[in-house]
Amino acid sequence: MATENIDHAQSGGMPQLDFSTWASQIFWTAVALFVLYKILNGSILPKISGALEDRHNAIADDLDKAAELKRQAEDAEAAHTAALATAKADANKIVAEAQSEIDAEFATASAEADAEIAARTAESEVRINEVRAEAQSNAKSIATDTAQAIIEKLAPGLSDKSTVEAAVSRALSATGGTK
Amino acid sequence: MAKEAVEGELNIDPMHQFDIKYFFDIDLGIANIGFTNSALFAFIAVAAIVVFLWSAVSGHSLVPSRMQSVAESIYEFVRNMVRDTAGDEALKYFPYIFTVFIFILACNLIGMIPYSFTVTSHFAVTVFLALSVFISVTVIGFLKHGMHFFSFFWPAQAPAALRPVLCIIEVISYLARPISHSIRLGANMMAGHAVLKVIGAFAGASALLVVPSVLGIVGLTALEVLVAVLQAYVFTILTCVYLNDALNLH
Repeated sequence: MATENIDHAQSGGMPQLDFSTWASQIFWTAVALFVLYKILNGSILPKISGALEDRHNAIADDLDKAAELKRQAEDAEAAHTAALATAKADANKIVAEAQSEIDAEFATASAEADAEIAARTAESEVRINEVRAEAQSNAKSIATDTAQAIIEKLAPGLSDKSTVEAAVSRALSATGGTK
Repeated sequence: MAKEAVEGELNIDPMHQFDIKYFFDIDLGIANIGFTNSALFAFIAVAAIVVFLWSAVSGHSLVPSRMQSVAESIYEFVRNMVRDTAGDEALKYFPYIFTVFIFILACNLIGMIPYSFTVTSHFAVTVFLALSVFISVTVIGFLKHGMHFFSFFWPAQAPAALRPVLCIIEVISYLARPISHSIRLGANMMAGHAVLKVIGAFAGASALLVVPSVLGIVGLTALEVLVAVLQAYVFTILTCVYLNDALNLH
């Protein structure tokens, strides 16, 4: 058989058309294909499809997880915003309360101060009037004495105390009586 | 070959590379199914596929290695081809189609290695592959549609007078499928390798022809690698098209 084939090839024909080799080729191709099919279908193809499936699932899982985390983050943000708003409102309330308290205290204190100032002013005026009256009466007696002494020097025996007093009084009231 | 060149005549035997050599005979009386170089390279192809795919998937990691990526790409490429061409129903035949595709691809590519043997350059192999597809697809068509499968050959939309003629044409074209299916692959592989051999022999015939011959071989080798992949793809997609006809009757 082998020598036949070599003869055939040397004669220049197509080995493809040597039908004596077809049975062998078909048989061994069938065996090779069957073996390959068994190995591929039995373990390799399921492994590849398994790997692809696993990856697909892993990606889907990760996307789900990411969506869940995003939702949690949004919840946290909402909670944070709400807490911030509450805190702001509380702070505003405290500020307003403190402000009104301070205002009330200030009003009270300023009213007290006003009252004290008024009282002291009144007291001072009383004293000023007293001092002024005292000074005026002092001035009157000094002026009377001075006038009586001058009259005594100029015209002794003419001094009449009551007349001098009346004249001094008139003179003082004429100048306004404050000096 | 060298001896013939010395004699000064261009005596090229491009078909020598396709010789079937028997390592040992297994004579069954009606036929010799002895182990040949063709069988050896078919098993080399099987071994290469298994080693490649096995090492690619043995890691089985979520983020694929390069090899795993390639294996997964081939897997999804064939799977999408089956589904897009023949529909979801055809996916149950995917393992066989994948096996045929990767077997032809491996045989074609291994044939590109110098001094190797191209299993798919023999019509015995391609006729076997095409006939097994033809018979399987026909059986699938009859199993699914019963006698209704014959309506595939009856052009109901055509004018009544033309229908018998068209029916004959349809039947002939259907029966011609395994022929074109097998010859396309086998002839492509055979012709490419024969042309490479002829161009290579020019280099041995004259020193002047060495440079153009080598350049020609480089270019043709690139083309042949493309043809090797393309013919594996063509054979597979035609298988899908035939399967689609059987499952969906146009």
